[in-house]
Amino acid sequence: MPMDGGIGASTKRREDVRFLTGAGNYTDDINVNGQAYVAFLRSDVAHGKIKSVDTSDAAGMPGVIRIFTGADFEGIGGLPCGWQVTDRHGEPMQEPAHPVLAQGKVRHVGDPIAAVVAETLEQAKDAAEAIEVDLEELPAVVDMKAALVDGAVKVHDDLTSNLCYDWGFVEENRDAVDQAIKSAAHVTTLELRNQRLVANPMEPRVAIGDFNRATGESTLYTTSQNPHVIRLLMGAFVLGIPEHKLRVVAPDVGGGFGSKIFHYAEEAFCTFAAKAINRPVKWTASRSEAFLSDAQGRDHVTKIELALDADNNFTAIRTETYANMGAYLSTFAPSVPTWLHGTLMAGNYKTPVIYVNVKAVFTNTVPVDAYRGAGRPEATFQLERVIDKAARELGVDPIALRRQNFVTEFPYATPVAVEYDTGDYNGTMDALERMIDRDGFAARRAASEAKGKLRGLGINCYIEACGIAPSQLVGQLGARAGLYESATVRVNATGGIVVMTGSHSHGQGHETTFPQVIAEMIGIDASMVEIEHGDTQNTPMGMGTYGSRSIAVGGSAMVRAAEKIIAKAKKIAAHLMEAAEADVELKDGQFSVAGTDKSVAWGDVCLAAYVPHNYPLEEIEPGLEETAFYDPSNFTYPAGAYSCEVEVDPETGKVEICSFAAADDFGNIINPMIVDGQVHGGIGQGIGQALLENCVYDDQGQLLSASFMDYAMPRADDVPFYEVDHSSRTPCTHNPLGVKGCGEAGAIGSPPSVVNAVIDALQSGGHDVDHIDMPVSPSRVWAAMNNA
Amino acid sequence: MYAFDFERPSTVADAVAALSAEDAQALSGGQTLIPTLKQRLASPSKLVSLGGIAELQGITSDGDAVTIGAGTTHAAVAADGSIPALSALAGNIGDPAVRNRGTIGGSLANNDPAACYPSAALGLGATIVTNAREIVADDFFQGLFTTALDEGEIITAVRFPKPQAANYQKFEQPASRFALVGVFVAKGADGVRVAVTGASEDGVFRWSEAEAALGSNFSAGALDGMAPPADGMISDLHGSAAYRANLVGVMTRRAVAAAG
Amino acid sequence: MATISMVVNGRQMSGEAEGRTLLSSFLRDALGLTGTHVGCDTGQCGACVVHVNGDAVKSCNMLAMEADGAEVATIEGQAAPDGTLNAIQAAFQEYHGLQCGFCTPGMVMSAAALLKEIPKPSEAEIRKYLSGNLCRCTGYHNIVRAIMAASGQDVAVAAE
Repeated sequence: MPMDGGIGASTKRREDVRFLTGAGNYTDDINVNGQAYVAFLRSDVAHGKIKSVDTSDAAGMPGVIRIFTGADFEGIGGLPCGWQVTDRHGEPMQEPAHPVLAQGKVRHVGDPIAAVVAETLEQAKDAAEAIEVDLEELPAVVDMKAALVDGAVKVHDDLTSNLCYDWGFVEENRDAVDQAIKSAAHVTTLELRNQRLVANPMEPRVAIGDFNRATGESTLYTTSQNPHVIRLLMGAFVLGIPEHKLRVVAPDVGGGFGSKIFHYAEEAFCTFAAKAINRPVKWTASRSEAFLSDAQGRDHVTKIELALDADNNFTAIRTETYANMGAYLSTFAPSVPTWLHGTLMAGNYKTPVIYVNVKAVFTNTVPVDAYRGAGRPEATFQLERVIDKAARELGVDPIALRRQNFVTEFPYATPVAVEYDTGDYNGTMDALERMIDRDGFAARRAASEAKGKLRGLGINCYIEACGIAPSQLVGQLGARAGLYESATVRVNATGGIVVMTGSHSHGQGHETTFPQVIAEMIGIDASMVEIEHGDTQNTPMGMGTYGSRSIAVGGSAMVRAAEKIIAKAKKIAAHLMEAAEADVELKDGQFSVAGTDKSVAWGDVCLAAYVPHNYPLEEIEPGLEETAFYDPSNFTYPAGAYSCEVEVDPETGKVEICSFAAADDFGNIINPMIVDGQVHGGIGQGIGQALLENCVYDDQGQLLSASFMDYAMPRADDVPFYEVDHSSRTPCTHNPLGVKGCGEAGAIGSPPSVVNAVIDALQSGGHDVDHIDMPVSPSRVWAAMNNA
Repeated sequence: MYAFDFERPSTVADAVAALSAEDAQALSGGQTLIPTLKQRLASPSKLVSLGGIAELQGITSDGDAVTIGAGTTHAAVAADGSIPALSALAGNIGDPAVRNRGTIGGSLANNDPAACYPSAALGLGATIVTNAREIVADDFFQGLFTTALDEGEIITAVRFPKPQAANYQKFEQPASRFALVGVFVAKGADGVRVAVTGASEDGVFRWSEAEAALGSNFSAGALDGMAPPADGMISDLHGSAAYRANLVGVMTRRAVAAAG
Repeated sequence: MATISMVVNGRQMSGEAEGRTLLSSFLRDALGLTGTHVGCDTGQCGACVVHVNGDAVKSCNMLAMEADGAEVATIEGQAAPDGTLNAIQAAFQEYHGLQCGFCTPGMVMSAAALLKEIPKPSEAEIRKYLSGNLCRCTGYHNIVRAIMAASGQDVAVAAE
């Protein structure tokens, strides 16, 4: 039984009260006195040469304060890329410039050409329309393979081609994999596309720049998952503002899913323009603008081969992927198809040799970067689909084939350079099988057939590397940042605690869960602990929230800081009780001396730290405030087994999800209610990818799915209730809480089981269909069934 | 949005007068028009709200016909039930909040090729009543976003003959929830009418082959294997022309079966 | 510009609006009621749902002048004056029906409209009714459970 409000309790979220009463403070709710509004003039063609930009008419329009073009940003840094990938031949990737406002060329629909700052937003929009741009439209590069043909039009004239990098992993395994595939008893091959998605957090991005002439300090309010990262990138690489003169505030943020990790042009623009015109400058994206300016996700074209021996043991995996970067390199784009994808190709299975090849390609489309799962969904999807296909080809049970090949001994060093510290893949599969009543499936299928429907059951496993990440390791892999996390624990004189964390909550519930950990450690009520995050002015330098890292890395930093607090408090308590420090125990908020009736309360120790009348000043400083930076020694490796049951309407091709079950191993869990909620949300997005969502460009690079009218977001009636089970727990061995991270699992683990289920349904109806690309939309299912 | 003047008259006559201004446009529920304005895809000089006109409101059921004021919301039609198939159609347009604003007159005047109401008007053989005249549905719809309405002419009501049997089946476009294909089937005194929305590049149309087949045998079986030609069907990221043609056949059979 | 007025959450309020001012903008900018959110520009997402004269509407899809003289209810008026959450709000907290909170005002206002229309809706009725409210965080699971609980129904889901 967990302590009330402590670790393991499903404590209700304290942040809910403000969100439920309209009292949240999102960036667009902030208005700074005297603010002006910016409207961007964005390219309506995918590729073109800017011959001239004439702002003279627009500048004279009502309310216009100033118009900026690319010329205003000459000599100012472009948006930096935070990760450098080294290619198969040891060469660095090709890295194009990414100006704040287009210079010379536009490279995707939505590329900003000019920005109008005016008294009102409508005036800014009016003037933006009056800017005359003489644009010579160039042929657009949209298809990745066409982009790599000799003589293809180049997205960036100063690069040698549209190839960003050609990455081999592990390059030394290449020949061994080729040999293993040649000599295999069976090879299953699958070609697929992991379609492009749009993250679409419900809150569109917002940026407000403010400049204080008296202090020379700039402030940026922005919808970010990691304000310190934005401060560093924008300050050091774009605008040349030192950190002590730049404050970045990310208040309540309405979801991110990766898309609010990155540093965007609009943030730099508003900060720059606020200083230039000496007035606050506000930009609020419309949803239509978000479709053209938020980094998008996925977009891989892949061929995977799985080799098996005569006993159905996996012997090798070879996969070749074309990964779309879009027109520029977004902040962490190069890492997604490589280090977040290639390293996961072993999945839950012991496969002796694996080779991953990734060609990253520039196209005239919106930049692509991390979206919930980031590389790991792409790895999981291809692996779990090809295993399912192999089981069908070999006539073996898909669960049995997986179990046969599971990694069962830990730690396990994969052939793709990571070491799984702990796991129990049979345990999560057992938990899944307990939920899904596989024995009853035949009867359910018969009932569906009686209604004229085809029923299918799909299974898959997943593993992910999260809790991102060991700084030295990622540094070797090309990261230009450290990936530690920080926390300051400030104990006030009356015993209340404020934790200032570099982690950032944009829906994850840190304000509730982080205090649960502190409450447990000290034995006080969680209501005595508050969390501050999101403002670089009052939190230590931290790397923010993504990659399911908050509790594993940020939580660990907080534990380390709290351990320092407790150690110091014990010293004070020992002094107050005139006992030896080694004999002092802390339990339920009371310090006591073992074997005596001496005790002193938490609050009295805290008071002594700030009113040090009776205090060992010669040994320790007054006050009770400690900071810790935690850098993990490894990733964490959550894993699980998911299943989906579907009904297909053969006349229309419509897929209905009948049930969905997820068994995850997240190690130790701080708040089960919140962990379940994270998984639900991930599954919702995974079902969205599997059945609904599709970001589509035409041959000219025009975005066809440019609003919710054409980009199908999952709705309440598209999804069922989900069954989730988190009873299988193998604690992480290398962080103090034994936690693994749960934010991305649902999105990583769910798409393959949906597609596997649809294929199973179609096969049961006698349709020789072995793959349908996502989204498995009604029209695609119908076309596959009818060879249309 | 571009700036515009706003008027909210209380009679049809005042609305017609207000609409005589150059580039004036009528605003009914606004569920399509306002998003269009936000995208700056329209620039009316003046919006004339029809929302304050009492004579455009209400539903009257009178013997063989149901007359619905043009300003009646989808929610009100859904709640009415005088023609169950029509109410069911209205109750499945958009979402509840959209149905509380969107109106039957606005939908018909807009004639979106994927909207539901045009198929009901055409399928039931409705008469569109305007401030100036009456127009039968067969003459009213003239292609994508095009109707027989003149400049400044306002729909005031729609008169539906009560069918002996009717049903509407909609296969939703997964993003917008408009009709990827919607089929309204009605059996009335003058025979069977089958109206299809969402499918054709020319907007709502009557599927005459199906009407002929159903005229002699009003059963789903009468349409076995039938589908209209794919030529002229819309092909987009949500479905090919062939897929839409298939759906027309499937949805028509389901509508006939449900109409009973 | 014209001055319009409406009764918002029981209080007479007025402010300046142009013809093109949306009700959502009027509430947020003129009246400072920023609980109503705007998440799209095509009328799909429902973060902006408020009640006008008792009916749920998308306030980003309605001109402010169309609400001149109306009674408007927003998320800010849902809790009791002393801050006590109403049954729907309390159930959303109890059942973890929100994460980032951005869609939540619209969800709560739509749920209120639903329960007025159907006091004890089935799971399918809830899901159907919410088709105009997008949530990207919860996968809808706990939103549906919260509304079932708020309507006094047993929240029977195998996996808790």
